[in-house]
Amino acid sequence: MLESILRIIALTRKELLAVLKDPRARFSLLVPPILQCLIFGYAASYDLNDVPYAVLDQDHSAASHDLLAGLDGSGVFHRVANLNSVENLKTYINESRALLVIQIGQDFERRLRSGQSADIQLIADGRNSNTAGTATLYVGTIVDAFNANWRSLHGQPGLTVQIINRAWYNPNLETRWAMIPALIGTLTMLQTLLLTAMSVAREREQGTFDQLLVTPFHPVEIMAGKALPCMLIGAVQATNILLVAWLWFRIPFAGSLLTLYTGLILFLLAAVGIGLFVSSIAATMQQALLYSFLVMIPFMLLSGLATPVSSMPISVQYFTLINPLRYAIEIAQRVYLEGAGLGRLMPDLWPMTIIATVTLSAASWMFRHRLE
Amino acid sequence: MTPADNTKDNPLVAKARRIKALVKKEVREMVRDPSSIAMGVVLPVILILLFGYGLSLDVTNVKVAVILEAPSPDVTELVSGFQISPYFDAQFLTSMPRAQELMLNREVDGIVLVRSDAARNLAIEDVQVQVVVNGTDANHARIVQGYAQGAIGQWAARRAAEGHTVNVGPVTVDDRLWFNEANDSHYFLVPGLIVLVMTLIGAFLTAMVMAREWERGTLEAIFVTPVRVDEILLGKIIPYFAQGMVGLVLCLFAAKFLFHVPIRGSVWLLAGTSMLYLLVALSIGLVISSLTKNQFVASQVTLLVTFLPAMMLSGFLFDIRSMPTPVRLLTYALPARYYVALLQTLFLAGDVWGVVLPNAAALAGMAIALLLLTRLVTQKKLA
Amino acid sequence: MSTPVLVGRDIHKTFRRGTGETVQALDGVSIQADRGTLTALVGPDGAGKTTLIRLACGLMTADKGELKVLDIEVAADPQQIQSRVGYMPQRFGLYEDLTVQENLNLYADLHGVAGEEREKRYPQLMEMTALGPFKDWLAGRLSGGMQQKLGLACALVLAPELLVLDEPTVGVDPLSRRELWEIILKLVNQQSLSVLLSTSYMDEAERCGHVVVLYNGKVLAQGRPEEVSKLAVGRTFLADPPAGQKARGLQARFLDDPNVTDAVPEGGQVRLVRKDAAVTVAGMVPTQARFEDGFMVLLRQAVGERAVSGSMKVDHPPAGHDGEVVVEVRDLVRMFGKFTAVDHVSFDVRRGEIFGLLGPNGAGKTTTFRMLCGLLTVTGGTLKVAGADLRRAGASARRRIGYVAQKFSLYGQLSVAENLGFFASAYGLRGGRKRQRIEWALQQFELKSLARLPSGQLPGGFKQRLAMATALLHEPETLFLDEPTSGADPLARREFWRRITALAEQGVTVIITTHFMEEAEYCDRVAIMDAGRILAQGTPAEIRQRAKSEPGRHATMEDAFIAIVEESRRREPADKARAGGAA
Repeated sequence: MLESILRIIALTRKELLAVLKDPRARFSLLVPPILQCLIFGYAASYDLNDVPYAVLDQDHSAASHDLLAGLDGSGVFHRVANLNSVENLKTYINESRALLVIQIGQDFERRLRSGQSADIQLIADGRNSNTAGTATLYVGTIVDAFNANWRSLHGQPGLTVQIINRAWYNPNLETRWAMIPALIGTLTMLQTLLLTAMSVAREREQGTFDQLLVTPFHPVEIMAGKALPCMLIGAVQATNILLVAWLWFRIPFAGSLLTLYTGLILFLLAAVGIGLFVSSIAATMQQALLYSFLVMIPFMLLSGLATPVSSMPISVQYFTLINPLRYAIEIAQRVYLEGAGLGRLMPDLWPMTIIATVTLSAASWMFRHRLE
Repeated sequence: MTPADNTKDNPLVAKARRIKALVKKEVREMVRDPSSIAMGVVLPVILILLFGYGLSLDVTNVKVAVILEAPSPDVTELVSGFQISPYFDAQFLTSMPRAQELMLNREVDGIVLVRSDAARNLAIEDVQVQVVVNGTDANHARIVQGYAQGAIGQWAARRAAEGHTVNVGPVTVDDRLWFNEANDSHYFLVPGLIVLVMTLIGAFLTAMVMAREWERGTLEAIFVTPVRVDEILLGKIIPYFAQGMVGLVLCLFAAKFLFHVPIRGSVWLLAGTSMLYLLVALSIGLVISSLTKNQFVASQVTLLVTFLPAMMLSGFLFDIRSMPTPVRLLTYALPARYYVALLQTLFLAGDVWGVVLPNAAALAGMAIALLLLTRLVTQKKLA
Repeated sequence: MSTPVLVGRDIHKTFRRGTGETVQALDGVSIQADRGTLTALVGPDGAGKTTLIRLACGLMTADKGELKVLDIEVAADPQQIQSRVGYMPQRFGLYEDLTVQENLNLYADLHGVAGEEREKRYPQLMEMTALGPFKDWLAGRLSGGMQQKLGLACALVLAPELLVLDEPTVGVDPLSRRELWEIILKLVNQQSLSVLLSTSYMDEAERCGHVVVLYNGKVLAQGRPEEVSKLAVGRTFLADPPAGQKARGLQARFLDDPNVTDAVPEGGQVRLVRKDAAVTVAGMVPTQARFEDGFMVLLRQAVGERAVSGSMKVDHPPAGHDGEVVVEVRDLVRMFGKFTAVDHVSFDVRRGEIFGLLGPNGAGKTTTFRMLCGLLTVTGGTLKVAGADLRRAGASARRRIGYVAQKFSLYGQLSVAENLGFFASAYGLRGGRKRQRIEWALQQFELKSLARLPSGQLPGGFKQRLAMATALLHEPETLFLDEPTSGADPLARREFWRRITALAEQGVTVIITTHFMEEAEYCDRVAIMDAGRILAQGTPAEIRQRAKSEPGRHATMEDAFIAIVEESRRREPADKARAGGAA
């Protein structure tokens, strides 16, 4: 038993040395994830902060100017044109010069002053319906503020319903707050999977794998000796991204590091299990690369990273039950933003444990029986 | 065997023959090599299925807990809007702590709380409705807020129709969504898919295949023949261009018949601009493989330089205008950005020349520049 | 007087390796190749032959110096040369997913050979290479020898003025080698084709019209082969080992003798080249000098005075007595699907023996080997190494064997010391014992000064030493070596065998595979394999007797191999081209 452990430690040490001594490997382990984290963090956002819009103001009244001032002063919208015809309106939308156009009718202020409701037309470019919807919502919020102001100044017969919006964990609804913790899982999985899959394939191509098999190493020990260093490196990468989220993007961390790392370790076990399984099937490094991608891409797309799991069709949602990344993202987000404890995270933790067990067992079986 | 007089042929005839021979060879290899097929056919099909059936930003059946602090017929009507709305899956509770527990356990995504003085207020003053959402997924949360607003607005309209004066105003917004009246996120996800598939075949596959030839040493042998560099490049560009077009047809087919995304613009324009993008992608793949001459490195670089930016920075998912300035400036260098703009317009809006011309011109310019670069960087030299 | 096909003056070329170090591939090389002549670049791996050939074909540019091929400046107009020269690179340049016919068509099209010309030439090529019946086979499925011939056909499709071949015979079975040479010689003699080729086989060099001896990027000698052999005239002898002593033992003694330039076992005797000419020693018979002898003289001069190091001291010689059977193989079978890679192979190896498995690539020797080491499962039959089946055996049985794989399998990123440290731990060595063994290895293999160097940066001969060192750290009783000398220069090979001899003398059993037929002379017993079967088994002397010897020439192992294989193939005309795969 002791000898077995010593051998595994020797192999782990060798792996770490081999990886860390290669300057190119060091670079590609550290720099791309941080770069990707920064680029994703800044680019990958559904929030809008610069919406070009145009106005067709047929009223030119104090009220209409007030309303528009609300838009201009919001910091989100910026006016690109004051239109004077409906034809122009079409051109601006068609040619993407404005994301939305607001049309205020001639009788706007008159109707307001007479106590009636006044309608404004909003036309949004639906080529990206999500962006359009968000922009529309922002306009709605600004109109609400205008309404509340008008009512308090001018009074209003009848009854108004006031909607108060509140968001838990992410009060300003910034996409980034959830995206970056999600990246902890995603980028770590990407790197760990590739690293694990390639490490065995590389040894096979170099011929050192045979050398290992001839020594007293048991195939399962070899597996452990490859899994451990990859998990260590994965943990370091996850920590790097965590630091970027906390120190650079200044997203407040609401949970416990212990809980986060517990989830992380289980996740790494699952990721490494998949990587080892892939490497046991792949005969060359090229195949290892290919199979890793074939596995990663569906997992990444169907994990809730960019699009929510709840929006997927039910059958696809069932598929995500075997996707460790889905659980990792949920755990990361819930611990980071909600401060969720191990108890609440059970529904995410035990599936990952099962996945890890299954993949590691399968990989170990493959290692023992399919080494030729 | 006496030395041949190989200059008998017209040089153009000889050139055409060489290019044809290289194309034939490439096609045969493409067909007989399983990893090419996996990358060029299987992966695109997987992507098509994932994007079409798996991904969606549309939100339906939002689970909400609706709390009436003091039920009364008027208030019940207010919240019945949530019950009948197809967007919500509402359950009615009486206490806030219980609702909060459900939120913590992720069993509901939102809480609608109608304040206890609502019943009294309905006749006289304002009604306050609190909509609490889980902010973790900000996009999702905003959509839920929007739906809640909509449901309440509809209740107000019904009340007004019944004769009660209710204002959710005075200013109301009549919003219209052009090009995507159904508000179906597939309408923009599927064009985005096309960009990814073209990038995959054009840049990724080509880079791998060319790097493999460098690694295997087969290029070494053909170099010592009358073949010229541009012929070798054409021998790679032509077959993968064809494969890219096949991929395009597959995507268009899936878009129109499987996912019912309308194609309002001219299909010829669509094909033409796709060809431009394909040329750009192919050139990038060839440049990377000529510079790296190694499959592993080539694939990593191509992924980083073409595929990831196509997903994140091309504008099909995340709005470019809202990105910080340095990132936004970076996107001007990305061919995917122009292609996405073209696809979205040609699919959903039609032939809008004000969009098509500038973007197509940008792609054409990039294609020419990159093809020249490829020619420059690829040489009949081993070291 | 026609102009030479190739003239090079003072050529220099350096490379930067991926690891950052610079390599001087060619250092002031001046050579000339004449029309209608077969010119050979001779030298070990790393001598610069491939670089020179690539420069000649315009695939690289020299840093300094002039190079003219077919009277054209290579640097000025490489395309002209590339259009007129027929070239076969080291890996044959074939597209494995294309058939024989498709490959040929591709090259014909690229060279502009079409229509009438093609119809005339194809039958000639097919007849020359005997590939006619295999036209529709995928090139990847051909045997090594056939791929080689196809590569040659593709290079000849344009009927070139100059044929350039880069190591055309490497790794291929002796029969195919001989066939290829017959083809080339016929082309030179009957059609006055100019040929430039590179080789590391000395016997091939002897058959050329003009040789250029390269070593470490420098030309050691240039001229007719006889001029090189002449260097050893009057200094070459054959010696008989005293009764009871093996030839290799005597050879080892000679190698340790500073007066001896080279010694190699041959036909039960020892061929040696002495430094001085005039001495006659009892028991030594003067003999005709061969090309290889002259080559070794040159090599020794280039490398400098240094006794071939290599004696080895084993700290704990294995217990057991001579004659005890250490490896027992009975009716071993291995199938891959329907393909039989190893077909009922049986042999024994006794303690202290050096046993060799000889045969070309694809014969099944590596497959047999891998089964012996427990790397592959057995389809049929039994095998026992030190009384155990290594496939199922635990750590203790594995500790009794050492293994050196074909590509040396070292961890390139790790330093020499780190590699040794890792393998020591893998075999369970700890603490003081581990330190002691590593120290032993560094000393015995003269690696001490290189201990911190990443093993990937070691020069070739040292990699081999390190590989052997890692296999011996745990003092195994049996050593398995898979093609350990491929790619090594002759000096490194002598040194290697010196070590093996020393090990065997101290009781270590050595089992070795090789495709160098002459290395069989070092073995106590050999088994010759082809197409998965053992065709002959016995001492080198017994095997040699089966050769058809020509008068005036001693039969070599290679002659014997060819005779045995031809005989067996006549008896059972199995398909000559075997699918690639197991080796």
